[in-house]
Amino acid sequence: MPEPHTAVDEAVVDRTPADTFAAPIGITSAVPDTGRAEAEAAKRGIRRRMPKLTLKLASGLVLVVGITLFGIIAPFFTQSPTFSGNPSLQPPSADHWLGTTKLGYDVFAQLAQGTRGSLLIGIVAGSIALVLSVLFGVLAGYLGNWSDEILSLVTNIMLVIPGLPLVMVIATYVPGRSWLLVAIVLGITAWAGPAVVLRAQSRSLRAREYVAASRVAGERAHRVILVEILPNLLPLLTAQFLFAIIFAILGEAGLSYLGLGPTGSITWGTMLNDAQTGQAIGTGAWWWFVPPGLMIALLGAGLSLINFSIDEIINPKLRIAPEYTRRVRKAAREGRGVAVEGSIA
Amino acid sequence: MSAEPVLTATDVSIEYLVDPPVEAVKNVSLTLHRGEILGLAGESGCGKSTLAYGLNRLLKPPAMMSSGEVVFHDRDGHDIDVVGLDGEHLRAFRWDKVSMVFQGAMNSLNPVLSVKEQLDDVFRTHRPKMRRRERLERSRELLELVGVDPDRLTSFPHELSGGMRQRMMIAMALALDPQVMIMDEPTTALDVVVQRGIIREIMRLRERLGFAVIFITHDLPLLIEISDRIAVMLRGEIVELGTADDIYRNARHDYTKKLLESFPSLRGDRGDFIRTGAMPVASALTTSTEAV
Amino acid sequence: MNQPTASLEARNLVKEFRLRNGLKFSTLQAVKDVSFTLEAGRTIALVGESGSGKSTIARMIAKLETPTSGDILLDGSPSGTRGRALAAYRGDVQMVFQDPFASLNPFHSIEHHLERPIRIHHPELSRAEVRDRVLSLLERVRLTPATQFAERRPHELSGGQRQRVAIARALAPGARFIVADEPVSMLDVSIRLGVLNLLAALQREERLGVLYITHDLATARHFSDEILVMYRGEIVERGPADAVILDPQHDYTKRLLEAAADPERLGALRDEVRSAG
Repeated sequence: MPEPHTAVDEAVVDRTPADTFAAPIGITSAVPDTGRAEAEAAKRGIRRRMPKLTLKLASGLVLVVGITLFGIIAPFFTQSPTFSGNPSLQPPSADHWLGTTKLGYDVFAQLAQGTRGSLLIGIVAGSIALVLSVLFGVLAGYLGNWSDEILSLVTNIMLVIPGLPLVMVIATYVPGRSWLLVAIVLGITAWAGPAVVLRAQSRSLRAREYVAASRVAGERAHRVILVEILPNLLPLLTAQFLFAIIFAILGEAGLSYLGLGPTGSITWGTMLNDAQTGQAIGTGAWWWFVPPGLMIALLGAGLSLINFSIDEIINPKLRIAPEYTRRVRKAAREGRGVAVEGSIA
Repeated sequence: MSAEPVLTATDVSIEYLVDPPVEAVKNVSLTLHRGEILGLAGESGCGKSTLAYGLNRLLKPPAMMSSGEVVFHDRDGHDIDVVGLDGEHLRAFRWDKVSMVFQGAMNSLNPVLSVKEQLDDVFRTHRPKMRRRERLERSRELLELVGVDPDRLTSFPHELSGGMRQRMMIAMALALDPQVMIMDEPTTALDVVVQRGIIREIMRLRERLGFAVIFITHDLPLLIEISDRIAVMLRGEIVELGTADDIYRNARHDYTKKLLESFPSLRGDRGDFIRTGAMPVASALTTSTEAV
Repeated sequence: MNQPTASLEARNLVKEFRLRNGLKFSTLQAVKDVSFTLEAGRTIALVGESGSGKSTIARMIAKLETPTSGDILLDGSPSGTRGRALAAYRGDVQMVFQDPFASLNPFHSIEHHLERPIRIHHPELSRAEVRDRVLSLLERVRLTPATQFAERRPHELSGGQRQRVAIARALAPGARFIVADEPVSMLDVSIRLGVLNLLAALQREERLGVLYITHDLATARHFSDEILVMYRGEIVERGPADAVILDPQHDYTKRLLEAAADPERLGALRDEVRSAG
C-alpha cells in the first residue's frame, strides 16, 4: 500500500509539514515535492487557477489590452483610412501622426483600422480552432474505442496537410476573399495540433477516479465532459486559444504579404503588402511599414507573455523552479550532511 | 547480540528549506547496535525516511542537517564522522559501510541496464581491483544469497516480478558486505505472500552475515514481529524507543498505543468494535495527532 | 424461486480482457465464474492480492465494466445496463473508491460532489431540500460543522475526511448497496479503523449491504459477516468471517494468513531462521 502523499492528520491544515516532505525524496526525482505543487495548483479551484499577477503577466496584459482598445476605439477618431486626399508619402507630422502612404492614405488611420481587422481575424480563427480542437480532441479522448479511431484519423490527416500551402491554394481559387473567409480557412487549418494534445489530456483525465465516480453517480456523458473534465482543461484551452490567435494573425499577415489576403479589408498584413508593392523600403518611407510590423511583434509578445504565465499553472514546476533552485543552493551551502554527488553506488 | 554500537546519531535535526522552513527531524538521538534490527515506525510525514536519508548522507537539498552528529563505528575499531565526510571518503563510506534499500525498486534500478551490469557498476566503483571473473562469481553468489536463480543475472528490471526486483535491490545492497543496511519500506508495495518471503530472506541473511538493519515502515505489527528494538516517530521526534516486546506489551506513549490499536488483531479480539459497534464513531475518528 | 427481496446478486460473472501484443491477441481471464449474493444489512469481504480480480468485480458491480458473461441481479431481477434502468440501478448501488485523493474533483466544492447525485436521482427536490440533504449527509459522516465543510474543496481536507465525503456521496442517492474498493488502504494507519467504524455504523443504521474489497485479512474479519477469498479470478474459499480466518480450509487462504504480520509471533521468525542455521 503506497502511503498517501499529502495531508497526514485529520486536522484541517493549509500546509502541514507532511505536505512538504511526505513524498520520499527520490534519488532520481529532480523536484521531490511535485505532489505538493500539484495540490497547490488546485488550491481553491478557479481562483487559484488564475495566474498570480507577475511582471510577466502584467506586461503581457498591458500590451494585449492596449492594442485591443486601440483597435476598438481609435478608428472612430481618425479620418477614413481610405481617404486619398492627403499629400502622398509624408513623414510623420502633427497632421499625420504616422505620415501618409504613396496613395495619400493616413497611416495612423490605416493602422487603427488594420488593428481592428487583424484582431477580428485572429479571434474568429482562434475560436474556430478552439471549438474544433475541443470537439475532436476531447471527444476522442473521452469516448475512446471506435469514435476515438475515427476522430483521431481525421485529426491526423489534418495534421499532415501543410497548413499555409493549403490556405494559399484555397485563397487563390476563391475570387472574392472576405476577411471572414480568410479567418475560417486559417481556423480550419490550425486545430489539429491542439486536438492531439487535448486528446492525450482527456484520456488521462478520463482515467481519474473522480470521473469514474461521477459516472457511478449517474452523470450523463456530456455532463461528465463539460463539468468534470473541461474545467480541468481550462488553463490548457486558454493557452491554446491565445496561441491560435497569434498563429492566425501571423498567418493572415503572411497571406496578405503574398497578396492572398482578404480583399476589401484593411489588416496589418494588407498594410505590409501595400508598403511592399509601393516600394516603401526603397523610398525610405519607414513610417509606412514599421507601425504594422511593430504591432504584430507587440501583440505576439503580449500574448506569449500571458501564455507563459498560464504555462506555470499547467506545470507548477515551472513556477517553483527558480525559487526551488535558490533554496537547494542555500541548503547545499549551509547544510551539513547533504549528499553532494548525485549517484549513490 | 552484542551491545556494541555500529552507528550513533546524536541530536540530529534536519530541516527542509522550503517556505516556511520545516523541521522534519528534531533532535533525534539513536544508537544502532551491531547486528540488530531496529524498527523505525511512524506514519507518513513523521520524518522517518528523512532521518534515514540523513544517517546515510543522502539528503538532497533543500533538505539539510541543521545540527547533530552521526558517527559510524567501523569493524576495525575506527570511528567515522559521517557528517564531515566528503569527496573520496564519502564515496568509500557509502554503500561500502552503510547501504540502502529503497521503497520503489522499479525507480531505483536502472531500466536500461541488466542486473549484471548494475552489480558490475557497484564493484567497478568500489572494488576497482576486482577482476571480471571475480565480479561475475560474486554477482552469482549474491543472487543465490537472496534466493534468485543466478541465471537471472542477465535479466533487465522489467523482466522481473516486483518481488524479484526487490530481491535484486537487496542483492545490490549486500554487494559490498555492509555493516548497516537501511531499508525504507522495502516491502510495502508488494503482496503479503511475497512480502513474507522477502522478510524471511532478510532475517536469514542477517543471521548469516551479521549486518545491522534499520527497518522503516508504518506497519507496526510487522516491526514487532521482526525487530529487536523499535523507535516510534511522531512529528520528527522519537516518542518512544524500546524492545519489540516492550513496545508491544508495555507501550507507554499514547501515540504508540494509538498506533498499536490501529491494527486490528487477525486472530484475537482487538478491532472487533467495528462489528459490534462498541466504540462510538466519533471517538474512533479522532486521530493520532489530535489525541496526543 | 424464493428470493429475498433486498439483495444484490452476482451470478456466474466472467470478465475477459483482450490484450494486444503486436499483432497477436491474447485473452486474460480476470474473473472466472464468480457468484455471490449480498443481502441488505450484511457485509461481504472480497479478499485477495493484487491481480486476483477483486477490483474487476467491484467495477462490474458498479457498472463501470461490462461482464463478458454472467448477470448482476438486483432484488432478484436482472439489472439495467443502459438508460433509465441503469439510472435506477445506480440509485441503489453505489461505490466508494480507493484513492480519496483522486476520487474527488479538485475543481469542485464538497457540496457539488454531494449535490449532484441527489439532483440526478431525485429531480423532484427543491433547491432548499437538496441543500438540507447535503448538510445532513455531511453530518452523518461526522463532518461538522456541515455548512463549513460543504463550501470547502477537496484539497482542504485530509485523506480521512475526503474518504468520508466519498462515503457520503455514495449514500447520497439513497443507495442500499455499497461497493467499497479498498476504502482505507490509502489512508494513514491511525485513521483507518475510524473510517471503517463509521462505515460499519452507517451500515447498521441503514441496513446497507456492503461489498468490502480488501487485501487486509484482519479488517476483513472484523468488518464483515462473510469472507470470499479470491485467487487468480476464482473464489477459492468462502464462509463466515471468523471461520475463514480461524479455521482456513484452502491452501491459498492458509498461505495468506501465514504471511500476514502478527505481533503475537514476536521473535518467532528470528528464532526460526536461527535454528535453521
